[in-house]
Amino acid sequence: MRQLITFIRKEFLHVFRDRKTLLMLFGLPIAQIVLFGFALSNEIKNSRIAVVDYSKDASTTRLISKIAASDYFDIQRSLAGAEQLQAAFKKGDIKMAVIFPANFGDDLMHTGKATMQVIADASDPNQATTITNYLSQIVTDYNTELAKDAGQPMQINPETQMLYNPELRGAPNFVPGVMALVLMLVCTMMTSVAIVKEKELGTMEILLVSPFKPVYIIISKLAPNLLISVLNLFIILLLSWLFLDLPVKGSLLLLVTSSILFILTSLSIGLLLSINAKTQQAAMMGSLMGMMLPTMLLTGFLFPIENMPLALQILSNLVPSRWYFIIVKRVMLKGLGITAVWREMLILTGMCLLLFTISLRKFKIRLQ
Amino acid sequence: MRTLIFLLEKEFRQILRNPQILRTLLIAPVIQLILLPLAADYSVKNISLAVVDNDHSPFSQRLINKITASGHFRLTGYAPSYPEALKMVEEDKADIALQIPIHFERDLVRENNKQLYIAINAIEGTKANLGGAYLATIIRDYNSDIRLRWQSAPTQPAPPQPASPQPASQTTSTPSQSEPPQIDAVSSNWYNPLLNFKLYMVPAILVVLVTAMAAMQSAFNIVQEKESGTIEQINVTPIKKHIFILGKMIPFLVLGIILFTLGLLVGWIFYGVVPVGSLWVLYASLIVYLFAMLGLGLLLATYSATQQQSMSLAFFFINIFNMMSGVFTAVDSMPGWAQAIVSTFPPSHFIKIMRMVVLKGSGFNDIIWPLTAMALIGLFLNTWAVLNYRKTS
Repeated sequence: MRQLITFIRKEFLHVFRDRKTLLMLFGLPIAQIVLFGFALSNEIKNSRIAVVDYSKDASTTRLISKIAASDYFDIQRSLAGAEQLQAAFKKGDIKMAVIFPANFGDDLMHTGKATMQVIADASDPNQATTITNYLSQIVTDYNTELAKDAGQPMQINPETQMLYNPELRGAPNFVPGVMALVLMLVCTMMTSVAIVKEKELGTMEILLVSPFKPVYIIISKLAPNLLISVLNLFIILLLSWLFLDLPVKGSLLLLVTSSILFILTSLSIGLLLSINAKTQQAAMMGSLMGMMLPTMLLTGFLFPIENMPLALQILSNLVPSRWYFIIVKRVMLKGLGITAVWREMLILTGMCLLLFTISLRKFKIRLQ
Repeated sequence: MRTLIFLLEKEFRQILRNPQILRTLLIAPVIQLILLPLAADYSVKNISLAVVDNDHSPFSQRLINKITASGHFRLTGYAPSYPEALKMVEEDKADIALQIPIHFERDLVRENNKQLYIAINAIEGTKANLGGAYLATIIRDYNSDIRLRWQSAPTQPAPPQPASPQPASQTTSTPSQSEPPQIDAVSSNWYNPLLNFKLYMVPAILVVLVTAMAAMQSAFNIVQEKESGTIEQINVTPIKKHIFILGKMIPFLVLGIILFTLGLLVGWIFYGVVPVGSLWVLYASLIVYLFAMLGLGLLLATYSATQQQSMSLAFFFINIFNMMSGVFTAVDSMPGWAQAIVSTFPPSHFIKIMRMVVLKGSGFNDIIWPLTAMALIGLFLNTWAVLNYRKTS
């Protein structure tokens, strides 16, 4: 036991001596929470659009001023003719163009019907769908206004309520996502280097010939990373509470317990990578190139998992951060208790035990 | 010049000799490019809906049918009451709860006015946004549907004659027909008429993969020589600083181009993504981009003593680049200060260029600004790196 404590102290000294790495380890979560929390949002606002008005009458002017007044649009400029549209789209100056044909006002006045054209740059399909929807909403409102005196019959008024996140901020979705991403990648990366480094530098041999038990080597390697990650967790929670107005609604104890479970799982992944890799470079590239994008995409905080092909949905079950993300959302944002998350916690426990056992068995006490 | 060739030979040998490196550099990214666009599907088509139908009328039935027939929504179940439906939302069994109040049909017919209650789980902003928008469109369509049916029904008394259908600012000429004036917005989607999300994601994911390779590998490579001490041997030779740096950068430039080409092929074979614009514009931008990112790698290398440090630094930047450069969320919707920060990230410019050239066929004139920005950032990073690189420790 005393041996173990001495070794853990040694590892701590290693980690805390390397100020630059340490700075990154703590700087990353802070920078990410602040940047992502404030900057990222799924809401589409201020889309730059162009208006081509061939009609130039009172009704188009009113409609255009309605569009301009909306938060969603930013009328970039009024183009003289539709032939300039292609160029403006290609330059990326505008996302959408609204065209009023020459007889728009006359048609509206005399026949009671007029058609306007809306062209969206659909290279980003979501943005195109969303802003086309916003625009038709404005046009419908304008229609209702026109028909006010006509006494439009049978008016359905949908009353929409945005639960949990009324302002549609990005933060409530991104904070749990960043927590899952950062904790997972930092743990995996730091650990993946730990053992391979000793191999590369040749100090592993010394450890192995000593009477120290192999499992102690592993434990002492994991201890500092566990501590750093738990500290990171508290920093993230504090920051999101202070700056992003996202307190932990549920039980803090439950959140921390499941976080530690998740951290241990990530540490075990790193351990496994480390045991298999021959060089530090391979271990790091494996944990970064191999893990970063899959973690980002399959956790479910960027793209809905139920949209994915079945094979990827099954694959996403193997990504621990997916389960952790669900836990954080339920406990932190919705304030639910253990009855809502025990299944996910059980899955994480299972993953952790499995990975740790495999690493332990694969850990070689001979060098060649 | 001859020294450079020898150095290049050495670098290429070192890279090609290690199959594990080659695997992570080329094969892992290609596999990811094949698989991940499948996961990156934002199109909202499976929004689960819990319905509380308190009316049980033909009207409410027709509305529910219309919503489920749209293909965007999946009816997960009827809840007996609104609180129960909200509970389904809370447990993630439903994304949206819709309540059709009692007397929905009666009040619509008699009082011409009735509320519908919708509650959306807004934690996932996009889903909430799009889901709400889809639902609003469907309800709007349904509204004009029933109105038309009702008006065309023989028993229906003539709707009230409009006194003045136009707002006050309009002219006084009154149309003769009874229908209120209507503006019809006809929309069309250019450049991606089928709204295929993969066309949008494949170019961006390719950039992410190239970024990780270029910036990190160049940083690792130099620091590796530092850590193993071989850099001392090079430092004592008369090799000039810039020759040494060129020797380190060119191999990764070549690898980056190879990876990019493989990526374009994967995009074409698996996703049918064929660049509309010219390849030559793409490759010219790629070289400028790699120049900038290799400069970043070099700079990080000059600041780190161990591989672990360079990895942490590289990870810091790449992670932020990935999240902020518009791969997943639009840069346009960020606040001004964030957009200013993002404009100093080389990937944000290259992703923009890629999407413009691949999807819209933009030419040099159209991308001149992001290209220049990228070149300036590259110049800045490389100058800083060279100034900071010391042959003596």
